[in-house]
Amino acid sequence: MALPSYATPAQRIWHYIYLAMCSIVLFFLVMPLLVVIPISFTSTPFLQFTPEMLRLDPDAFSLRWYRIMMGDCSDPGITTVCSDNWKIGALNSLKIGITATVLATTLGILAALGLSRPIMPFRKLIMAMMISPLIVPLIITASGTFFFFARLDLVATFWGLVLAHTILGLPFVVITVTATLVGFDTNLTRAAASLGGGPIRNFFKVQMPLILPGVISGALFAFITSFDEVVIVLFVGGPDQITLPRQMWSGVRQEISPTILSVATILVIMSICLLTTVEMLRRRSERLRGIRPS
Amino acid sequence: METPASLTPALEVLDLHKRFNDVEVLKGVDLVAKTGDVISMLGASGSGKSTFLRCINLLEVPDRGTVTVHGETIKMSTSKYGDIVPADSNQVIRLRSRLGMVFQSFNLWQHMTVLENVTEALIHVLKMSKTDAADRACQTLDRVGMLDRKDYYPAHISGGQQQRAAIARALAMEPDVMLFDEPTSALDPELVGEVLKVMRNLAEEGRTMIVVTHEIGFARDVSNRVIFLHEGAIDSEGAPDQVFTSPDSAQLKKFLSNAIH
Repeated sequence: MALPSYATPAQRIWHYIYLAMCSIVLFFLVMPLLVVIPISFTSTPFLQFTPEMLRLDPDAFSLRWYRIMMGDCSDPGITTVCSDNWKIGALNSLKIGITATVLATTLGILAALGLSRPIMPFRKLIMAMMISPLIVPLIITASGTFFFFARLDLVATFWGLVLAHTILGLPFVVITVTATLVGFDTNLTRAAASLGGGPIRNFFKVQMPLILPGVISGALFAFITSFDEVVIVLFVGGPDQITLPRQMWSGVRQEISPTILSVATILVIMSICLLTTVEMLRRRSERLRGIRPS
Repeated sequence: METPASLTPALEVLDLHKRFNDVEVLKGVDLVAKTGDVISMLGASGSGKSTFLRCINLLEVPDRGTVTVHGETIKMSTSKYGDIVPADSNQVIRLRSRLGMVFQSFNLWQHMTVLENVTEALIHVLKMSKTDAADRACQTLDRVGMLDRKDYYPAHISGGQQQRAAIARALAMEPDVMLFDEPTSALDPELVGEVLKVMRNLAEEGRTMIVVTHEIGFARDVSNRVIFLHEGAIDSEGAPDQVFTSPDSAQLKKFLSNAIH
C-alpha cells in the first residue's frame, strides 16, 4: 500500500483519508470485543477500568468472576447472585448446539445433494423455503414454532429446542454445501462407479472428503447459530432449560455483574479457535488441490 | 482346439439407443469384442462415441439395447415412471468392476495419493487385504512406469503421469475389458506419447480394449478393428488397413482428411 513517488498532493491526501477510514471501521468492529477481556479480570463488581487496573496493580486483577462462572461460590466477598446456572447453561447450550448441528449437517448435506441434481423439480422453490429461516424475522419463526410445537407437546423439551435450532442452522449448511458442490467434478464419482463402488461408499470415500471444507464451515455456522440463540429459547424453552445466551440475557436484565464479561471472554476465545480451525482446514484442502495460498 | 468359453465374446453390445431430451445420440450401435481385440472408435465431436462408451458400463443408462459381458447380459427393467433402469444394481456394480474405464480428464481423486487411488477399489470392491492391495498396486504402477511417483498427490504430477496412474487404477482391478474415453485428448502434445506407449504395451499383452480416440496413428498401428461413428450410427467398420487406405464412405474420407491436415 505504499504511495508511488509520482502521486499528486490530492492523491496523497486521499490515500491517508482512506487509510484512516479503514482503521476506524476495523477499530469499531474489534474494540468492543477486546475491551471486554481485561475488564473480566477485575476484582471489583463494576464493569469499568479502575485506576488501580490502569496502573497494572496486581491486586486489582482476579479470577473471581471466572470462579463464579464455574459455580464456585466460596469467595466471601461476593455480593452478586452466585449459582450453578452458568455451568448448567453452558452444558445445555453445548448439548443442544451439538445435537442440532449434527442434525442440520446431515439433513443439509442430503438436501444440497438433491438440490444440486439437474433433474430435481422445483429446485428454486425448495431452496427458497430452506433458506427462509435466514430471511424471516426470528421473532416470527420463534412464535410460529411455539404455537406449532405446543400442539405436538414439544415445548419445553430438549428435542423441541434441538429441532427449532436445526431449522435455524439448516440454511447455512445447505448454502455452503451447495456452493461447494458447484465446484465438484461429478466425473470423480463416475470414476468410482466405474471401478465397481456402490453409491453410498462412493459418497463417503470420494465425494465427502472433497466437499468436507464446505460441510465443516456450514456445520460451524449452524453450531454458532444455535449456541448464541436466545429468542427461540425464550419462546420454546421451558423455565428449567437454561442455555448460555439465556443466562446472559437474564443476567444483563437483573444485575450487571462482571461474570457476564468472563463468559463473553470465553466465547470470544472459542470463536477465535473455531475460525482458526476453519482457516486451517481450508488451507489443507487447497494444499491437496495443489493451490498455494498466496 | 478352442473351448466354448473362449468363443464367448468378452463384450457384446447390441442395438444401443440413447437420447438426451430431443437429441438422439445413439441410433442403434452394435459392437462385438472377442478376448484380445483392440477396437478403436473414431468419429467427429458429437458423433456419440463417448456416450456409447459410458452406456457400456451404465454410467449413462441406454434407452434400448443390450450389453453382455462374457455371456452375462445386464438386466434392465422399466421403472414406474416409464424410464429404462437397471434391474439389479448389484449386478451393475459387479459388472462395472470387470470393465475398467479410463477417462479423458483422468478423474484421479485429489485427496488421495497415487497409491491410495489404486488400492481404494482393490480394498473395498475386491475385498483384498491392505498389504495384498498395496503389492498389486505397486506391481501395476510399475507396469505403467509410475512406481516412483506412488506417494505423490495427483495435483503434484503431470497430466501424462496422472493418466498413467488412472490407467493403473483401472488395470489393477484386472478387468475383462478396458474402456478408454479419449485418454490423450486432455494432454499437452509432448505428454501424449508416454500414455500411448502404455496403451500399446497393454494391447501387446493381449488385453481386450475399446479405445475412443482421435489418435489416427494409434488406431492404425495398434487396433485390429476400427469403427467410425457418424451421427450416432456406425458409418464404417473393418480392419485398420481397409478403413484407412480405402475409405468407402464420404463421411470417413472427410474425417480422415481433416484429421491428417
